[in-house]
Amino acid sequence: MISRRGLIAGGALTAVGALTAPPAQAAVAVEPFHGLHQAGIATPPQAHAVFVGLDLAPDTGKEAVVRLLQLLTDDARRLTQGRPALADTEPELAATAARLTITFGFGPGLFAAVKAESPVAALPSFTIDKLDKRWSGGDLLVQICADDGVTVAHALRMIVKDARAFAKVRWIQRGFQSATRRNLMGQVDGTVQPADLDRAVWIGQGPAWLRGGTTLVLRRIRMSLESWDAADRVAREFTIGRRLDTGAPLTGRAERDEPDYSRLNRLGFPIISEYAHIRRAHVTDPGLRILRRPYNYDEGLTPDGKSDSGLLFASYQADIDRQFVPIQRNLAKGDLLNEWITPVGSAVFAIPPGCAPEGWIGDSLLG
Amino acid sequence: MFSRHALLLAAAAIALAGCGSAQVAAAPAEQSPAVAAPALTITDPWVKTAKKGMSAAFGTLVNNTDAEVTIVSGASPLSPKIELHEVVESGGKMIMRPKEGGFDIPAHGTHELRPGGDHIMLMGVAQEVLPGARIPFTLTVKGGKPLEFTAIGKDFAGGKEDYQPGMGHK
Repeated sequence: MISRRGLIAGGALTAVGALTAPPAQAAVAVEPFHGLHQAGIATPPQAHAVFVGLDLAPDTGKEAVVRLLQLLTDDARRLTQGRPALADTEPELAATAARLTITFGFGPGLFAAVKAESPVAALPSFTIDKLDKRWSGGDLLVQICADDGVTVAHALRMIVKDARAFAKVRWIQRGFQSATRRNLMGQVDGTVQPADLDRAVWIGQGPAWLRGGTTLVLRRIRMSLESWDAADRVAREFTIGRRLDTGAPLTGRAERDEPDYSRLNRLGFPIISEYAHIRRAHVTDPGLRILRRPYNYDEGLTPDGKSDSGLLFASYQADIDRQFVPIQRNLAKGDLLNEWITPVGSAVFAIPPGCAPEGWIGDSLLG
Repeated sequence: MFSRHALLLAAAAIALAGCGSAQVAAAPAEQSPAVAAPALTITDPWVKTAKKGMSAAFGTLVNNTDAEVTIVSGASPLSPKIELHEVVESGGKMIMRPKEGGFDIPAHGTHELRPGGDHIMLMGVAQEVLPGARIPFTLTVKGGKPLEFTAIGKDFAGGKEDYQPGMGHK
């Protein structure tokens, strides 16, 4: 029984770390690692993100998963605070924390490996889906976000070096976002978010080990920017139900104005169409809203200059079946935007609660 | 060069004492002012993963006393043969060899054990060191209490200097 004390060896002995503390301005941009919830969810979105889906090696059991999670937690605990990982080969790259967060999620395969009941399952299929295996599934998710791309790359490298004895990389998805919150179609994204995270995002019931945790649905949504180019501004705004310049609903003036779904135009049709994206995605009960933390992706060009762009749609909610699935169903049935967007990847993860300074992510389930 | 007998004795003593009681001293900063900091601590101890054979352990030794501290030997249930090593240049090549006199840690100073530098060398590792494993170690201190700690198994590509069992000759 040296597991708890062993982690103290990794985490709390910071005498030397204090001597080599990062410069003051880097220290300011540090997100806390410990707490009831994992960081990287309610954290204001950083500029860069990488999501990695790992698959455990076939013979990996609980004992190995615990070792893996202890190693990765130790890496995250140090790197997010601007300190080098244990045995960091490039310790200088750790000094700029840049609001680094490292968030872990468990897919159905991890629960099978440790012989525990999975609180999450793959989503039902939707008619609009064209899912590719290379962007879907995964036993263990590592989400790394920071305002500095080098910080993200270094954290990813340290994490993957510790993970590869246990798991294979199933997919990696990189994204970026700007302070304007605009996606690559030009729209302001993420206007309506849940106000009460304790209701909508953090899990407060069900298995005790998951309290304070949440779930993540990560959808890779390809945008057909070439055909979107052919849509004029009126058509684009009609499709979404919002103005492109301000992000205001077509019935309002400012981004945060409440859309008036009942208002009709002179011809007697709703100003915000029955099939407009915001109407299809609208949730009446604020407690059932999803927390969206989307990142753009832009992976390159074909030889003839066509883009491979879209959105890494990261949605956090307490209950996938009650919150995410009904919205996705409404969108699949009749969202005008479906003409230009296609879900090509889908993965679900239980996000365990945060951990204490002497703990590790997943200890409430596996400790 | 320290005596092989002393090393074996130290290892035997650890085996008798039982290895489950590995202790990790708290950082000086976390001690209340009334309590004296432990004379010697190690921060961030880790051990390179290995299937068998050779491996090495690293960390930063911290001396909290007013006098120099000398580590004369090391022991771990992981390996019956442990040496305190240094890495030196020899004929244009970096080689590692037993460090004469052991590791000196200056008063209120630190001494870093790192790949490419001084390290605790394990030879004859019989059981695989897995990533994330917790390996107990004991360092014998000249004229002082031994330092017990737990090192974490870490995959690491470096630290592959040639081993020269003798002193300075190939």
